[in-house]
Parts: sequence; C-alpha cells; structure tokens
Amino acid sequence: MAATTEQIAPETAAVRLGSESIRRSDGRAGAVLGKVLIAIFVVFMVLFILGPLLWLAIHAFVTNWTFPNLWPDGWTMRWWTTVFSDPALGAAVQNSLVISPIVVLCSALICLPAAYAFARYDFFARRTFLVGLFATNAFPKMGLFATLASLFYALNLMNTVVGIVIVQIIGTVVFMTWIPAAAFAGVPRSLEEAARDAGASKIRVFFTISLRMALPGILVAAVMSFLASFDEAQGTYLVGAPQYFTMPTEMYTLVLNYPKQVAAVFSILLSIPSVVLMLAARKHIMGGQLAEGFQIR
Amino acid sequence: MSTSHDTGRTRTHTTSAQTTGGLTISGLNKVLGGRSIIDDLNLTVHEGELVSLLGPSGCGKTTTLRMIAGFLAPDSGTITVAGRDVTHLGAERRPSAMVFQNYALWPHMTVFKNVAFPLKLRKLPKAEIVQRVENVLGLVNLLHHRDSRPGQISGGEQQRVALARALVQEPDLLLLDEPLSNLDAKLRVKVREDIREIQQRLGITTVIVTHDQDEAMSVSDRIAVMNAGKIEQYSTPEDLYEHPKTTFVATFIGTMNRIEGNYRDGVIERGDEVTGVRPEDVHFSMEQVAGGLPATVERVIPRGHFHELYLKRQDATLRAYVSGQVPAIGAEGYARIDRAMTFIDGVLQTSDAGGSASTPASPEPADSAPAEAEPAGSAPADAR
Repeated sequence: MAATTEQIAPETAAVRLGSESIRRSDGRAGAVLGKVLIAIFVVFMVLFILGPLLWLAIHAFVTNWTFPNLWPDGWTMRWWTTVFSDPALGAAVQNSLVISPIVVLCSALICLPAAYAFARYDFFARRTFLVGLFATNAFPKMGLFATLASLFYALNLMNTVVGIVIVQIIGTVVFMTWIPAAAFAGVPRSLEEAARDAGASKIRVFFTISLRMALPGILVAAVMSFLASFDEAQGTYLVGAPQYFTMPTEMYTLVLNYPKQVAAVFSILLSIPSVVLMLAARKHIMGGQLAEGFQIR
Repeated sequence: MSTSHDTGRTRTHTTSAQTTGGLTISGLNKVLGGRSIIDDLNLTVHEGELVSLLGPSGCGKTTTLRMIAGFLAPDSGTITVAGRDVTHLGAERRPSAMVFQNYALWPHMTVFKNVAFPLKLRKLPKAEIVQRVENVLGLVNLLHHRDSRPGQISGGEQQRVALARALVQEPDLLLLDEPLSNLDAKLRVKVREDIREIQQRLGITTVIVTHDQDEAMSVSDRIAVMNAGKIEQYSTPEDLYEHPKTTFVATFIGTMNRIEGNYRDGVIERGDEVTGVRPEDVHFSMEQVAGGLPATVERVIPRGHFHELYLKRQDATLRAYVSGQVPAIGAEGYARIDRAMTFIDGVLQTSDAGGSASTPASPEPADSAPAEAEPAGSAPADAR
C-alpha cells in the first residue's frame, strides 16, 4: 500500500513548488495564479493516485457499471457474500496469514546475523556477497522459479508449505539484509564498546544495544519482507498449486472464474494487511522512542 | 599562557610505588596496518594518581588507552591493573571503566538506566543498584535528570552521565578518552575541575587521554608526553615545563622560542644546536640592563592580563611577555635572555641560566640567526 505514503510526498512537493512561484511573482494576481496551479496539481495527483483505488472500491459494491454509463446500474453486497461463501477463500486467507509470518521469521533468522556481519566485520569477498544478494532480483523471477521447481521435485518440496516458504524467502532476502545492515552500521561502535566496558558479554551487547538500536531499521525490513511475501504469486503458484493457495494465487482463480467485481472485493481484502502494517509502522517508526534511537550526538 | 602558573593545588600522590594498586604497562607494542603505532611503551601509574597521556593526534595515545581498556589486543607486552595481569582479558572482564570521547550513552535508556546498566550486569540486588546509582548521580549533580533520556540533556550533562556510569562501577582504573573535547571552552574548565575534584575525593587511579596541554597541566599528577608511539617524557607538569627533555616536549608544553643556533653567554650564535627560550625568560626593558641587547618591538599581541611582544634583536627574534606598561610597536629597548635550554639533535643538554645579570653580554654578537617561534601544540613534524 505504497499509495498512502507516496501521496504525501507529491503534496509537499507541490506546496514547496507553489511557495516558490509565489515568491517569484510580484503581484497579487501572481499569488492567485500560484494557488490555482497548486490546486490543479494536487487534484491531479489525488486523481492519479486515488482514482484507480476509488474505481476499485466502487466496483466492489455495484451490480454492473460499463463504459458508456456515467453511473453504476445498481448497488449490491452480493460480491462480498460470493467471496466470503467461497470455501477456497478462507483457506487462502489462512494460508497467507500463516505462511507470511513464518517467512518473515525465517528470513530474519537467516538474514539478521548476515546483516550484522556485513555491517561490522570485514571478511573475504564482503562486497561481492553484499551485491550478490541482488542476483535474485536481477533476472526474471520465472526463470529462477522454473529451475528451482526441478530441484524441488527432486527434493520432494513441490506442493509443500516448506517449499512455498523457501520460494517466498528468496524475495525477502535483499530487504532483510540490506536495510538491517545499514541500521547495524548506523549504531556507533562506541555504544557497543561502552556496554562491553560496563561488563556485558558480546551476546548481551548484541541484544541490548546493537539489536535494540537497529530495531527501527529491522522493523522496516520486516514490514517490507512481509508485504513481499504476502504479495508473492508466481513462485507460490508454481510450487503451491493446486495443493496450497495463498491470497494472491487465489486471486488468479477468481479473476479467471468470476466477474471483475469479485476481483475488486478480493483486492480490497488483499490490501487490508498492507494498510494496517503501514499505519502501525508509521506510528512506531516515524515518531516515538525508536526514532529517538537514531539521534546520537 | 596559563600553563606557566601552577594552579596551587596540592598534589596528593605518594611517590613510593605501590605494588598492589595502580596500572603498570610494560613493553607494549602494536602494529596496525603495517605501521608501528605503539613502540615498546612502558608506563607506571601509582594508585590514586591521575596521569595524562598527552600528544598530538596520531601519536598513539588513544590506541594505548584502548589497549588498557581491552578493546584492542597488544602485539606484545603486558598490562597490569591493581596487581592483576589483564593483558588477555576482554574489556568486559577488566576492572577498568571508560568515559568515551562522544560519551557513548545509550539513547534508548534513561539516565538512570544508563548508569544502572553496569550494576544490573553484575546482578546486584535492586535496592543496592538504586542506592548506588542515586549516590553517584548526586556526586555529579544530575539527580534531577534521573529519568531524562540522553537526547534531552546538554552536552555537559551527558558528559557527567558518562562519568557517573564509569564511577558507579567503582573501578580500579578510570579511563577518560578526550573527555572535554566536545565541550565549549568555558564549560571545559569547569568540568575538568569537577573531574579532578571527584578523582581526588574518591582517590581513583585515572588515565586521561588528551591533546590539550592546558587540560593535562591543570589536572594531572604526572603527564606522559607521547610522540610517534613512544613516551618522550613522563614527569610532573612543573618538571615537564622546567626541564623538557626534548624539543618536542618543550614546544608541546607551553610556549617556546625555538632558535637554531648555539646559546653562549646570553647571545645566540650560529651553530648546529637548537636554543629554546621560554617567553617569560626574556626580559625586556626600555633602559639598558646588564646582559641586555638592543631590541626593537615588532609586534604587540594583547593576551588579556599580559601582552606578548615580538622583539627583534641582532641574533634572533624573541617572543616575550610583559604586563603593566606596554611598549609601542617600533619602540627601541633592551632584551635579555635570563634562561635558555640547549638541545642537540632534539635532546636537552643544559638548562643554562647564563647570560643573566652576572654575565656581561658578549661584545661581538653573532650574525642574526634564523628564529622561529612555535606556538604550543603545533604540528609535531616540525618540532621533531
């Protein structure tokens, strides 16, 4: 749900742009013109970002709405009952809500120690490894998944939860390593040294100081990993179908088999976790004590 | 320069070496990046003594401190704290506590929690922790900031929290890494007095790393002047000032007229030696004085309660201090060197008081020798 955050940025940019044009103009007419331009710009941006979402939201509640008509034919909750009465849907929601947290947790366990090592130690081929993490994102995913599938067949991982988790972890590795590595690197070494000087063991220092101070970065990485895992469809479909469907893969089925209003309902459902997570992250990361952790004098 | 005046404080340490307490460093070596940072360093700090490691940046003083604290392992040599060999112990197991240059307070903990953390690690009973933390916060006058976060208090207060966090551990050895460098000039003087006062009250063995000779002179029992990984001289502030062993120490501690030439009977002659004259050992007067040579006032720099003069004599240009009546630029008078130090190859040979009133001036002064006045704390390269 990047739309909410993106929306803020153009608006502030618009305000800044506007104040500049006001400063440059030397009459009242110029000021008015500036304000009008800002208004047009803001309206355009809102339409551009929120328009499709609005279209989606309306479609979830209409009986039918086709092109030449300016107004929908009628309103209904039918599509919601269709979605909620479909037994496959419940299973998909459940799968998504179970698999994504597992993916985030496994990814954190694998990647956070690596992130710490990247931030604090200088080992052989450190940069190569760090850049190499992008390899998974550098090529078309489908090619990677196809080769992975043949390996999974050999290892009996096809149509298993473990297989899905592995496929989804691949998409989270970059987030879970790069962002926390930057966060760990941002923790001043002297803070860790001070803790050791005070008598804390290395492990204790890691948990009470390093991890604690890198937490905002790690949370951001966790949110992004969760969303990446939650939205992952290609690999999950390849490995999971027809045994396991998650919400995005279930969506394929819905789009193919039902009218588009059902897909609209499902998209809204799919975006709920993202919105909730983003709001929670915004509250906890932007303000409050975690942000304070980065203000070192 | 205030360094020339002793603060009048009584120095408390006893000269007899106590074998049990204090810090002993012997034969310390450290090579970093193929460069010898510390070269066979030996140092003994008596129990209850405050010693400064003083030197320009890159002289190895911070490296030495980090090795004492246990953040860096020496290549060879031993470090003994309170009679215990700690060379191979990690920082968390050493009986020393450090105050970091940037204070290194944990921003996610309150002042109280910062100070309590070392005690919490020692698994002391809660009541004792509270009592000890409150005691030490009282000592540094920070009880009112008990529940503040480090980000909410001033730099000077953060510094005191860092000190409290070290003191609460009741360490055998207190280490301070450039403790005052992040404070403004006025606060610096006050905080260094506070540190000295607390150190005296608790009788805690302390090592301070600093590049500020003023700071070192005013708080230390003894100062180890470091240069290029070695201790050039280790002595009391007074002795360092009066009898600097090398030109490096002489120029680093206080101010010195550094003149290339031999000093003979109050006059500097052309030669291979280096003559050092403290500005306060140059006597200037408008009337002829015994041993004085004609001198022209070239510059007058106000320094507050005294003025600094640049005096051009036949043999050299000398800096001198005057208080009271200040001569005008271009005034003609007489300058006499009361005391001079002679260095050969950078090493002190004599501290000659010749050329004073008892010895008449040389009748035929040598040609003007190139004179070079170096301010204190100038770059080490040209002092060597």
